[in-house]
Amino acid sequence: MMPIVLWTDALVFLLLAATAGAGLYIRRHEYLLASWRRVGESRAGMAALVVLLAFVAVGLLDSLHYRPRLADANGRPANGYGTEVRSVLDALLQPLRAATEKTYSAPLATHLYARETVELPDGTQARVFPRLKHGGAHLGDAEAEWGGDVAWRILRGLFFAVLAGLTFLLGAVHLAARHWAVGRSQAWRRMRRGETRFAWNAALLTAGLLLLLAGPAISLAGGYHVFGTDKVGQDVLYLTLKSIRTGLVIGTVTTLAMLPFAVALGIAAGYLGGWVDDVIQYLYTTLNSIPGVLLIAAAVLMVQVAIDTHPDWFATAAQRADARLLALCLILGVTSWTGLCRLLRAETLKLRELEYVQAAQAFGASAARIMGRHILPNVMHIVLIAVVMDFSGLVLAEAVLSYIGIGVDPSTISFGTMINTARLELAREPVVWWSLVAAFTFMFVLVLAANLFSDAVRDAFDPRLTGRRIAHSAQGQTA
Amino acid sequence: MLAYVIRRLFYAIPILIGVNLLTFTLFFVVNTPDDMARMQLGVKRVTPEAIEKWKAERGYDKPLLYNENAAGAARLTDTIFFEKSAKLFVFDFGRADDGRDIGHEIKTRMGPSLAIAVPTFLLGLFVTVSFALLLAFFRATNLDFWGVVLCVAMMSISSLFYIIGGQYLVSKVWHLVPISGYAGGLDAARFLLLPVLISVVAGIGSSTRWYRTIFLEEIGKDYVRTARAKGLSEAAVLFRHVLRNAMIPILTGVVVVIPLLFMGSLLVESFFGIPGLGSYTIDAINAQDFAVVRAMVFIGSVLYIVGLLLTDLSYTLVDPRVRLQ
Amino acid sequence: MSLLRVESLRTFLASPAGDVRAVDDVSFDVASGETFALLGESGCGKSMTALSLMRLLPDAGTIVGGRVLLEKRDLLALSEAEMRAVRGRGMAMIFQEPATSLNPVLTVGIQIGEVLARHTALRGAAARQRAVELLEAVGIPDAARRLDEFPFQFSGGMKQRVMIAMALAGDPALLIADEPTTALDVTIQAQVLELLGALQRSRGMGMLLITHDLGIVAQLAHRVGVMYAGELVEVAAREDFFAAPKHPYSQKLFAALPVPERRGGALETIPGSVPPLSRQFAGCRFAERCAQAWSRCREEPPAWHEASSGHAARCHLYDRASGTRHREAGRQRSAPEVVSSTGLAQEPGAYLLEVRDLQVHFPIRRGVFRRTVAQVRAVDGVSLGLASGRTLALVGESGCGKTTAGKAILQLTKPTAGSVRYRGEELTALPAARLRALRGELQIVFQDPYASLDPRMRVGDIIEEGMAALGTAAAAAERECRTAELLERVGLSADMRGRYPHEFSGGQRQRIAIARALAVAPRLLVCDEPTSALDVSVQAQILNLLKELQASLGLAYLFITHNIAVVEHLAQTVAVMYLGRIVERGSVEEVLGAPQHPYTQALLSAVPRPDAAGRREVIVLSGDMPSPARPPAGCHFHPRCPRAMPQCAARYPDETQLSATHGVRCFLHG
Repeated sequence: MMPIVLWTDALVFLLLAATAGAGLYIRRHEYLLASWRRVGESRAGMAALVVLLAFVAVGLLDSLHYRPRLADANGRPANGYGTEVRSVLDALLQPLRAATEKTYSAPLATHLYARETVELPDGTQARVFPRLKHGGAHLGDAEAEWGGDVAWRILRGLFFAVLAGLTFLLGAVHLAARHWAVGRSQAWRRMRRGETRFAWNAALLTAGLLLLLAGPAISLAGGYHVFGTDKVGQDVLYLTLKSIRTGLVIGTVTTLAMLPFAVALGIAAGYLGGWVDDVIQYLYTTLNSIPGVLLIAAAVLMVQVAIDTHPDWFATAAQRADARLLALCLILGVTSWTGLCRLLRAETLKLRELEYVQAAQAFGASAARIMGRHILPNVMHIVLIAVVMDFSGLVLAEAVLSYIGIGVDPSTISFGTMINTARLELAREPVVWWSLVAAFTFMFVLVLAANLFSDAVRDAFDPRLTGRRIAHSAQGQTA
Repeated sequence: MLAYVIRRLFYAIPILIGVNLLTFTLFFVVNTPDDMARMQLGVKRVTPEAIEKWKAERGYDKPLLYNENAAGAARLTDTIFFEKSAKLFVFDFGRADDGRDIGHEIKTRMGPSLAIAVPTFLLGLFVTVSFALLLAFFRATNLDFWGVVLCVAMMSISSLFYIIGGQYLVSKVWHLVPISGYAGGLDAARFLLLPVLISVVAGIGSSTRWYRTIFLEEIGKDYVRTARAKGLSEAAVLFRHVLRNAMIPILTGVVVVIPLLFMGSLLVESFFGIPGLGSYTIDAINAQDFAVVRAMVFIGSVLYIVGLLLTDLSYTLVDPRVRLQ
Repeated sequence: MSLLRVESLRTFLASPAGDVRAVDDVSFDVASGETFALLGESGCGKSMTALSLMRLLPDAGTIVGGRVLLEKRDLLALSEAEMRAVRGRGMAMIFQEPATSLNPVLTVGIQIGEVLARHTALRGAAARQRAVELLEAVGIPDAARRLDEFPFQFSGGMKQRVMIAMALAGDPALLIADEPTTALDVTIQAQVLELLGALQRSRGMGMLLITHDLGIVAQLAHRVGVMYAGELVEVAAREDFFAAPKHPYSQKLFAALPVPERRGGALETIPGSVPPLSRQFAGCRFAERCAQAWSRCREEPPAWHEASSGHAARCHLYDRASGTRHREAGRQRSAPEVVSSTGLAQEPGAYLLEVRDLQVHFPIRRGVFRRTVAQVRAVDGVSLGLASGRTLALVGESGCGKTTAGKAILQLTKPTAGSVRYRGEELTALPAARLRALRGELQIVFQDPYASLDPRMRVGDIIEEGMAALGTAAAAAERECRTAELLERVGLSADMRGRYPHEFSGGQRQRIAIARALAVAPRLLVCDEPTSALDVSVQAQILNLLKELQASLGLAYLFITHNIAVVEHLAQTVAVMYLGRIVERGSVEEVLGAPQHPYTQALLSAVPRPDAAGRREVIVLSGDMPSPARPPAGCHFHPRCPRAMPQCAARYPDETQLSATHGVRCFLHG
């Protein structure tokens, strides 16, 4: 196989590297570490982080792309590579990916959701719900065996989940005990009762819940379509998992794209003032004055025209879709940097008047040096808060934009495209609900986790709010 | 005061020129009219003649900025820039790709857009401010805690879900109101009820939380302590002192969107089949009708600038410090 | 009979580090018609005591125990609704910050009317009439018109008067004044103190006065309670207290004050800082900073001991059984040590810094095209000279332009006109590169120790910054070595290099700021109110340090301050600024000893003196300092001047030389 690095893959891994670098930097700076410890104390924040990490893991697996070697008619490897680009996640989910049915089937169903005319062995024709090709195909008598088989698979999944959970827990307790230099039972008691600074109990509980959901799901997915299939018979669970990467890319790469501009321009406008400030303010007022959706629409239409008129730019469909995804991120970045820029400008105006900045000026330090050494580190918390708060908004925006038709490429699997294709299913008789419910549920969980995590980050990094948090807990005690 | 307004209006001109240049660049420079024609016509029917015909029908066959073949002022006016971009300044939007007059369409579609946006705006503001006041009044209690949890949950739900779910439940399962459509006059209420309701509910989460933060910030200020030291009840403190001060950031955040109400809400109008500007825009995007999108971009930025102006004026209404200085 | 009786009040504040015992077992009485002053440095719990009485604690605070009896009613047992009837009626409170304590969007009339509506039967026109009377009573001219104005239309002093009027509206039996004049200038403070004293006497109110200023206590209080670390440590009548403070802490507070008698000598300081109140105490809370402490002090919390009638201290020294012996021993140990001063007699040779007609104007832009319609004349023709090794104090109230002048001298703000010559070089016309080279010799120490250190940098990096920027010590090892040396020099230890500013107290931060300035070996240090944010005992440490550095390094100080006591202690020459101009200058003896300008005279008389004879003749100036955007015609001071003459309104007086060093700009001496 031939590894392929799509543009967004590169950016995702760049982001990963940047996060790792930031982690190392934080380790060496006590004041940052202290703030992150406060994030770690938030139970809701840590529960959300565990959920986010699960999503990120799926997203990362889906960001390792390759083109499989072509196979000849007998399935033996041949020379050359297919034009289809797959990811490691695709490889892991190969059974799901390949198990397409004819059309709709309900979650865990054994029969198709639509009647079909079949020819009976006696030659007559009848309208029946035919058996699925893959869902429950291992069952002989579907009606009789279905209940037992599903129950057995759930139990088996739960068993393995509990097993994995306990192993993980033991490991965690062991490490924690070594770290605190106490006995294991002591360490376990501390974690359980929430006597640790890091919210271990919330994190472990969430991880356990995730395992208890994932275990049965994996176990069932071996024989059924857990979330059913969509109109063209694709497994909805597979589509949902594939959607995660799109959401994450939109939520993070967009920010990555706009961040350097917003930070540099915001600080420069605030610190340098004068005509620089005038120009930057003019720039963002102009961009801001165009309603976001319309600017995105105009830009996406133009990108679409460009891509359509130059089909020769891209070797594969995946690369074309990826170019459009990247373009969408950049466009969203262009429309969303103004808010952060304005925020940073205002903060820099305040910082500029502070005495430590004037002290640096009294040393004759250059403007660049002051902006880099004094202003930037002191506005980073605003940048961080903006980044984590923007994430959930961007994930939600992707769905809306894709629905309007100015989001990702229709061939890219995303929450938005899923919802768009399934939007009329509720109007069908009988109702097909599973695609929508699966997409909305996963999106809700992702966005909720992101919101809770960003709240924890904001509480920890925004000093204005800490007093209130303490006040809250104190009131709780007296009440 | 008047000088201030005039200055802000002067300031709007370079911004509108900037918007205009930006859209011009996006629509005519990044991709040439030939590209657009090719895409509109579809790959199969692309012949040089077809492209020329398409362009000529829509007035895209002129030079971009400077017409060498024309004489006098027409060298500048008989160009795409003048015809398609500069004319926007006098609100001459030209014709859509389907040949209809955009200005006329906008006039007729403004009514339905406002009919849905204005009630949404007013009702939403009332509901969220009341809800936020309630949470602020019971701050640091269980009611406040669960209220905030509810807000976070509600703002984590996609607006598409509110619309699709609301339509399914209210119209399809309960048969309370029509699923979609629009009629003029009093009859409109039947069609507007659900979209307004859904829009309000979809906005509750984030707005309430934002307003609550503003209220709490005000409650922490010194003058509130003074008011309590006078012996005033908590309700008097909240309504007479906190609410008035909190209205300053709330109003200024809210006023800027008032002019944009004309633009309608894209999603709701399109889902409920309301013939407003929002659905007009979406249809244009789907049909890749660049003339309409261009016109809407321009109108949008004009309205935004009006909004900024109104924001500044509203400051003077609610804040005596601005009014009297 | 006492009006207010506080018994064993205990208030805790929840914090991440555990409960902070902000008020711990505090008991005192206030009789009607009496002013009881709670005296203490920041963080000692005096404001929390007041807020506990009103039951207006911040959300994190809880009253844990004790009783508060107002006219024999236990306030802590009242329901919240009953308590509301007490607030504003039984006792009213005025706060420290008049600027933020009034609601900005309601008129003054509405805010006073609220109290009348809540606590009296007055409504409508009668209420309005009463409000006008109240404003007149607190000395606001044109009260009927001003009732309909908003707080921002009042000056700081006038706002505090409005606060007082509001507090009086409910006709309270007890008035709690929490640092009522701390945010005000000294001439305005004199007005407000006078008003408070007069109101208290005429209404026979009880008053609980909370302050950190011994001078204010001397002027207003009948009895004094000294607080330290959440506890009351001494209670006495005013005369007894000022005659002979008993508690070692009180004694130290007096000794740390810069007063003329201690000129040239070092001030007494209290070593260490207030212990964090989140910890448990075994013995006396002051023990670890007390020069007279012995083992018992660290083991057993002292009880109250009455030294003389009505004068009690919470200190083992006054325990008849064992204290006397230690008291004698301790006295000997704490005998004031005077460091001999150097460099004072030095004659002013050639000036190191010479400023001529310095002007800094900021444009005011109005209208459609933002044309400049007027100038804020922040600094309007300032001339001064400073020789090396000497201290020039630039004195004035807020808004007089002294800080702007300091920054303009260092070229941190661009001067509009005038000349600044440093060692003969004209700084205003210097090319950027040459100015940069000179930056090392001209340094500045700022007012706010919390804003002057970058919170994201380690102390070592902060001190090295100047060396790196100016390239004075190129090698990293050299810089590190120098940093260690500097930290030791300002009284910190070299191993603090790796720590962040938030780990240090205000006084320590100011030491770091001084070390940062010293790092580039300056010859002139502009000190912009370096001690105004610090408590008296910490201020003494910094003043001692500055003095010692001057003696050993030969630094010249341009000392910008509003604090006359500090001027007396530190400076050789003084320049008094009013509204952008210097109105009087000369040696300290000349200007402070025999002030000639009416403004200087009023300024000096307005400073409350911390001695038993606190109530002296104060020249109370009417009105406020005008805006520098619209200075009055003629002498800027004439509208407020008690001795103004017709010619004062005509033109600004020229400087009259009274002696070789003493000059004044006033027609009285023309």
